Amino acid sequence: MAGIEKYLRQSALPHIWCPGCGNGILLAAILRAIDKLGLDQKKTVVVSGIGCSSRASGYMNFNTVHTAHGRALTFATGIKLAKPELNVIVLTGDGDSTAIGGNHFIHAARRNVDLTTVIFNNNIYGMTGGQYSPLTPMDAKATTAPFGHIERSFDIAALAIAAGATYVARGTAFHAQLLTDLVVKGIENKGFSVIDAITQCPISYGRKNKMGSAADMLAWQRDKAVMVQAVSKMKPEDLEGKFVIGELYRSVAPEYTAEYDKLIARVSKKGGK
Amino acid sequence: MAKAQLMQGNQACAVGALAAGVTFFAGYPITPSTEVAEILAEMLPKFGGKFIQMEDEIASMGAVCGAALTGAKAITATSGPGFSLKQELIGYASMAEIPCVIVNVQRLGPSTGKPTSPAQGDVMQARWGSHGDRGVIALSPTSVRETFDITVKAFNFAEKFRTPVVLLLDEVVGHMRETVVLPESGDVEVIDRKRPSGPPEEYQAFKPEADGVAPMADFGEGYYYHVTGLVHDYKGMPSQNNALTTELIDRLHTKIERARDEITIYHQDYTDDADVLVIAYGGTTRAAIAAVKEARAKGVKAGLLTLVTIWPFPGEVVAKVAAKAKKVIVPELNYGQLVGEIERYVPREKVVSLTRYDGELFRPEEILNLIITAGGGK
Ligand SMILES: Cc1ncc(C[n+]2csc(CCOP(=O)(O)OP(=O)(O)O)c2C)c(N)n1
Ligand code: SF4
Ligand SMILES: [Mg+2]
Repeated sequence: MAGIEKYLRQSALPHIWCPGCGNGILLAAILRAIDKLGLDQKKTVVVSGIGCSSRASGYMNFNTVHTAHGRALTFATGIKLAKPELNVIVLTGDGDSTAIGGNHFIHAARRNVDLTTVIFNNNIYGMTGGQYSPLTPMDAKATTAPFGHIERSFDIAALAIAAGATYVARGTAFHAQLLTDLVVKGIENKGFSVIDAITQCPISYGRKNKMGSAADMLAWQRDKAVMVQAVSKMKPEDLEGKFVIGELYRSVAPEYTAEYDKLIARVSKKGGK
Repeated sequence: MAKAQLMQGNQACAVGALAAGVTFFAGYPITPSTEVAEILAEMLPKFGGKFIQMEDEIASMGAVCGAALTGAKAITATSGPGFSLKQELIGYASMAEIPCVIVNVQRLGPSTGKPTSPAQGDVMQARWGSHGDRGVIALSPTSVRETFDITVKAFNFAEKFRTPVVLLLDEVVGHMRETVVLPESGDVEVIDRKRPSGPPEEYQAFKPEADGVAPMADFGEGYYYHVTGLVHDYKGMPSQNNALTTELIDRLHTKIERARDEITIYHQDYTDDADVLVIAYGGTTRAAIAAVKEARAKGVKAGLLTLVTIWPFPGEVVAKVAAKAKKVIVPELNYGQLVGEIERYVPREKVVSLTRYDGELFRPEEILNLIITAGGGK
């Protein structure tokens, strides 16, 4: 924890998360990334939506906004466009970002706004007690899928890449150090970065799906994750039921707020003409 | 010297916003409000401001809130269906005390309704459209020139009271062209939000000063604080405390209520000796004043009270001006919305509601006929 206390609002602690929840691990990994980069605390803004995960912003000592369900990226877009010198980090849940906020997600990616979005992906609506989200796998149980889920789930990384994100990665709560590195790279990327951070919700998801304790769920993350570097050496059948972690995609594209600044320089009265 | 120019209400709104110091617009196109966006898309970058067309009205409202938190004066413009979509985040802006301006150029509803037809059907939505209890400021100008002035006022009130302000235009005022002479920029009173000056460690973003409003720090200046739509304490941290909840909800109302005199804008024409008083707002006042003048010519003592401030409802003004009148006629382009509020301040038997919701404007004769009947039926 050394080094990151200064980024925590001590007066806001203890946090509201259940024992064994992965959100705290993710929060610490993100703060370590901020610390590693030495981001100017004054110039860093954290924006979140609504959900267990989105409560993270309240514990972080920056300018922080806990917005409305699904809307974090819209606020973040306004903040970044109005004041591009700010580093804007978005913390959101799987439901927050891909259900109610799905439209904003693809458009923020398309615009390639310089935002770093960490999706706390616990495959469920944790805060409201375990209803299925767009990330709930087929056949899994949820309070609103008592007989097993019959919808297909999103692949957040594929969605982000298709929509135009320029840095896409996946990590887990178990691989916390890797997660810090991925967030560092996401923040460094001048454009829309997405980190799909798989985390455990032992209360609203694990229990219903007989996944055992929080420790068992972390072990599940360890066993099912395959490092991206290893994929090429594996046979397709070996990847069955697994998911890939690490840096999944990177590209270069015009960043929205930089393009807007160029436009201002082109048309502005101050800028000459 | 300022020169006369021909312009539309929507244009006057955009120009008024610029005069008030707007630096950010986010919106989604919808008739009959689109000109506000189109003009600002062209003008804002020329002054270093930002314009963005978002993916929908919810996103637009979110971006406006975000920009306002950085210190920008931010505006969005929409019409009926889009105004509905914005409601949740308008409530957020009230709760989190984020200054911003929402222009709603009303059109006939419900739903997609009649997109190009005038209406005044969103008066109650402006007051009650977002869930929960909160104080609301909504203003409705009557002419192109007034749209300029009232847009500036909307920003001033937003900044001064840290609240969203709704500008209720209607299709008539928004699209009407009039020759106007706008004031020189030095002659426009512009108010900016209070900002903190003390040490950042002591800053409490929601601790009210005597006027019920806390200074607001721009993001990025080292004044760390939390913004949430949850009930929160002076630092912005979520709280379940009941006393604090009551205090917060009270203050969202009282910071506006206590400034009622300053916020209340209205006009009186021939009201001093009026036996028949017409109370109108927005584009409808045009037909109303024509009818009042015609009635006077016919010997009926008619008068017009124009309400520019719709919310907080100027009940005292209505009660006072209507006191001596025998009849009060309330024409509105809706099924009868503000008339209910007027009846809270004027004895019901005196009040006559005149409604129209077919997408057409009132003709002065419609109002005139009612004035004549009310005035003694001669
Ligand atoms: C407009 C709106 N709809 C529904 C809710 C109720 N709600 C709160 S959190 C939540 C789901 C959160 O799920 P997720 O984003 O995955 O976050 P988690 O709690 O799992 O971290 C829902 C449906 C709400 N607050 N606002
Ligand atoms: S419900 Fe799940 S996600 Fe929410 S705090 Fe508890 S364990 Fe964490
Ligand atoms: Mg979730």
